[in-house]
Amino acid sequence: MSDPVETRPAGPDWAKIGDALWRGLVRQKELSILLVTVAVAIYFISSNGRFASSENYHTIAQYFTPWAIVAAGEVMLLICGEIDLSAGFVFTLAPFILTTFADNGVPLFLALVLALLVCAVIGTVNGLVTTRFNIPSFIVTLGMYFLIEGVSLLMSNGAPVSAPSSGWVVEVFGHQRWSELIWVVVMVVIMQIVLTATRFGIYTQAVGGNPVAAAESGIRTKAVKVVNFAICSTLAGFGGILDGMRTGSFDPTNGGATTMFLAVAAAVIGGTALLGGSGTVVGALIGAVLLGIVFDGFNIQGTSANAFDVVLGIAILVAMLLNVYLTVLRKRVSR
Amino acid sequence: MTAVIQAEHIGKRFGAVRALRDINLRVDKGEILGLIGDNGAGKSTLIKILTGYHRPDGGRLLFDGQEVTLRSVVHARSLGIETVYQDLALVNDLPVYLNLHLNKEPVYRPLPFLRRKDMRRRAREALDEIGIDIPSVTAPVGQLSGGQRQAIAVARSVSSDARLLLLDEPLAAMGAKEGMLILRLLARLKERGDLAIILIAHNYSQVVDVCDRVNLLQHGEITFDRATKDTSVAELLELVHAEYRMGGNT
Repeated sequence: MSDPVETRPAGPDWAKIGDALWRGLVRQKELSILLVTVAVAIYFISSNGRFASSENYHTIAQYFTPWAIVAAGEVMLLICGEIDLSAGFVFTLAPFILTTFADNGVPLFLALVLALLVCAVIGTVNGLVTTRFNIPSFIVTLGMYFLIEGVSLLMSNGAPVSAPSSGWVVEVFGHQRWSELIWVVVMVVIMQIVLTATRFGIYTQAVGGNPVAAAESGIRTKAVKVVNFAICSTLAGFGGILDGMRTGSFDPTNGGATTMFLAVAAAVIGGTALLGGSGTVVGALIGAVLLGIVFDGFNIQGTSANAFDVVLGIAILVAMLLNVYLTVLRKRVSR
Repeated sequence: MTAVIQAEHIGKRFGAVRALRDINLRVDKGEILGLIGDNGAGKSTLIKILTGYHRPDGGRLLFDGQEVTLRSVVHARSLGIETVYQDLALVNDLPVYLNLHLNKEPVYRPLPFLRRKDMRRRAREALDEIGIDIPSVTAPVGQLSGGQRQAIAVARSVSSDARLLLLDEPLAAMGAKEGMLILRLLARLKERGDLAIILIAHNYSQVVDVCDRVNLLQHGEITFDRATKDTSVAELLELVHAEYRMGGNT
């Protein structure tokens, strides 16, 4: 890199700053989606007085935290070329596993850990079946989707049960105001670091980007995928437990397909390529926040909830088109 | 002078098909051997035996004068036998420096974090050393030209302790200018002196330009072995096409 030496000491060179910003926007998908999110937030703040309140921000957080934590796992899977359709129902199931352990006298914290372990096992099964038998994960996790949905309905008898209501575990894992959001942000940060700063993260990107090359260099591609399936299920289960603790009720209608699809939508809007190879966890978080803001904004304005789906649909299509277009642009910028 | 690799009476059958019969071949340090032959002559099979992918049915392989049995591609690689495949083994979404370090990434032990700065520096050094001009090591490989990508694939193979480098048609589907980039790179690698190179190519003028010696493979046998200074493109073309002319009707 050799920039020409600046000869005349002028004030801020707006053309240069504009150019840098433009290059940044093209290079970093997250930056463009962040700008859209800020713009949408400003729109709702200025158009409705009730939007800008701590209470409402908390409401927005309640919307997007489940999507964001499930998305954190889905991003890892999408990057390595797989998907987990069952994650939404693992979100549903995890609190009931915790309850089962707790009801049998296991201390609450241990019950939580054990529940997460069971979730990890579910993900491992997804991963092993996908990689050992070479079945598309779309099909494997579709099967797991119905299986886990059925198990959650059986375990709950189809009705909500009250969540544990006292003790430090309850307070720390969801009940304290903002604790769910803090956990989700922590998880997103950890996963982003895993993705970009560790060998495992690079392997994940390599396995999705060029499986043959990854295998040829000696990367154990199947193991990488299985671990990512386990991570995705564990994060989804953790999200379900946090959400249940927050509301004080474990409900078999929580999570499910809606949460899973919104998580995938958040990932895609946040710049993750559906065919693998690239994406970021932070981008998916921003995508989830954007969806949360729109959902909440529409509620406040009294817009029909059905309009949300229209906006969501358009947002996904625009995000995909932008992904394709940006790839072309990025090539030009780098030449 | 002992050859880096020497094949003696190598044969290979696939069922009723005799892919290779009595192959004798050697490559010395600092030598580039051009391997030519029509499709189906056995070039790929021979390469796959030298990389440990196939086991020969008969004959023996000598590596640095010692008889070896190559158990697997990984085993061959541990000896310093590296291959650059036609299908570029690069990850397009990852930057140049990560591709060069794929599965060899250094980390801050005992922490699991990548030493990105070191990798960028080393990648730059490795590319400079063999004279590859890439504008930025942080650019994703997918944004580079075919020749640059091929050059990076070669650079990755030789950045380790390579002794023998096998290139399977690295010049196919590449323009003249891009091809030159690779040929010049091979000439630089030859200067290193300790590396033996086998180049499979269809473009005989490039073979004559860059190789020291050329072997012609026909029906599983090496039928011609000569220093390139003692042969010509016309002679090579004549040799390869002669057998199809003898019948007279095609």
